Amino acid sequence: MREVEIAIVGGGPAGLSAAGIALQTGATALLIDDGQHLGGQLVKQTHKFFGSKEQYASTRGIEIARILEKGLEGHPHLEVWLNSSAVGYYPDGVLTVLKDERLVKVKPARLIIATGAAEKMLAFANNDLPGVYGAGAVQTLMNLYGVLPGRRALMVGAGNIGLIVSYQLLQAGVEVEAVVEAMPKVGGYWVHAAKLRRTGVPILTSYTVLAAEGREWVEGAIICPVDERFRPIKGKEQRIEVDLICLAVGLSPLSELLWQAGCKMKYISQLGGFAPLRDGNMETTVKGVYVAGDSAGVEEASTAMVEGRIAGLAAATSLGYRIADAQRLKEGLWAELEMLRRGPVGQKVREGVKTALINQDSDS
Amino acid sequence: MRIVQHPILTFARGKKISFTFDGRTLEGYEGEPIAAALHDAGVKVLRRSIRLSRPRGFFCAVGKCSSCLMKVDGKPNVRVCIEPLREGMRVETQRGKGELIERG
Repeated sequence: MREVEIAIVGGGPAGLSAAGIALQTGATALLIDDGQHLGGQLVKQTHKFFGSKEQYASTRGIEIARILEKGLEGHPHLEVWLNSSAVGYYPDGVLTVLKDERLVKVKPARLIIATGAAEKMLAFANNDLPGVYGAGAVQTLMNLYGVLPGRRALMVGAGNIGLIVSYQLLQAGVEVEAVVEAMPKVGGYWVHAAKLRRTGVPILTSYTVLAAEGREWVEGAIICPVDERFRPIKGKEQRIEVDLICLAVGLSPLSELLWQAGCKMKYISQLGGFAPLRDGNMETTVKGVYVAGDSAGVEEASTAMVEGRIAGLAAATSLGYRIADAQRLKEGLWAELEMLRRGPVGQKVREGVKTALINQDSDS
Repeated sequence: MRIVQHPILTFARGKKISFTFDGRTLEGYEGEPIAAALHDAGVKVLRRSIRLSRPRGFFCAVGKCSSCLMKVDGKPNVRVCIEPLREGMRVETQRGKGELIERG
């Protein structure tokens, strides 16, 4: 059994940021990721980020991943396990990890869960046909591996992901026939919608997909306008010729380890599903178990990085490690979160986070 | 199909290697996920569903959804969206749940 000070599950923006600050205090960390590379989903995000300097605004996601990784590279107090899946967390605080086809036991003094989120599915006829993809999968295939997912696409969902990935499909040379959105208005940032609209791609609001067509893979899609109660309007169905249906209908937190740890969970629709209750240190209801990023509630990579720093700082200081002005640093991080969550686009998240936060006054 | 020109990205590809898919020889780049090489070759159906034998393809790309399970070098249930491609790999469409392999 491997004993470690801080184990971090997930090497995306939250996990990398947690590791960074924990190492700064002098703590040692083990970073576990099931992928072949660190950076999580940043490695396929070719768009420039918003926010302020602290969250790498106007830097592309792919570059942020490199910056975060570079900051940790070769650190003597850091061990990184790639291609390793944390598959279980037991009542005695043992984390089991599937590494090189063997189950390895790790006993961390503190555990930070930064496992991210998974794409949501949408119910429609033939949604299991090859050619129906999650939007994130399309991004991975195109932007990481340089392979085209298809020739003509239908995008389902006009939130930020749907808008951004539609634009990236165009950049890769794929035609985007339409973006359909069940809500009466575009959910994502106006700048992303405007950029896409300028290229001539129709964004059809109050519209949905009813079916995928094709025998062995997608050869077309049936789209249809919906009424104010999201019921398809009969007789208005249209068939469009596509070989790719891309789903961008939201994400939900990957919370298996949190459930196993016995963290108190709550269904919070604004955060994408079940999310753990946590305090101002991002510590869950199970002592020593922290959460950060999308696994705490679906948001943005920028907020994930800040939450990661809060969790990493708290986990390290709870082990006795010190850093100058820790309290001021923590307050500053919460102020950053508040800034990133302001405005009408952040309203949903603000409501969700408020529901998930507990013991706000307690300061450990 | 591969993206040849991209306004932002350049792709650092590994060594060109060959592998087989259901007996047919295909080419791909070493280290990329098996599914990426299959996609490039136009292979979209990766397995058949257990009960109704419906076609299943690539869906999540992060090893979470089980849509892309294939038989690789005789081993079933390999998630080809994250499994790196190696020279000479034998990749096969998976039907059913897959059989356990006896280790000699």
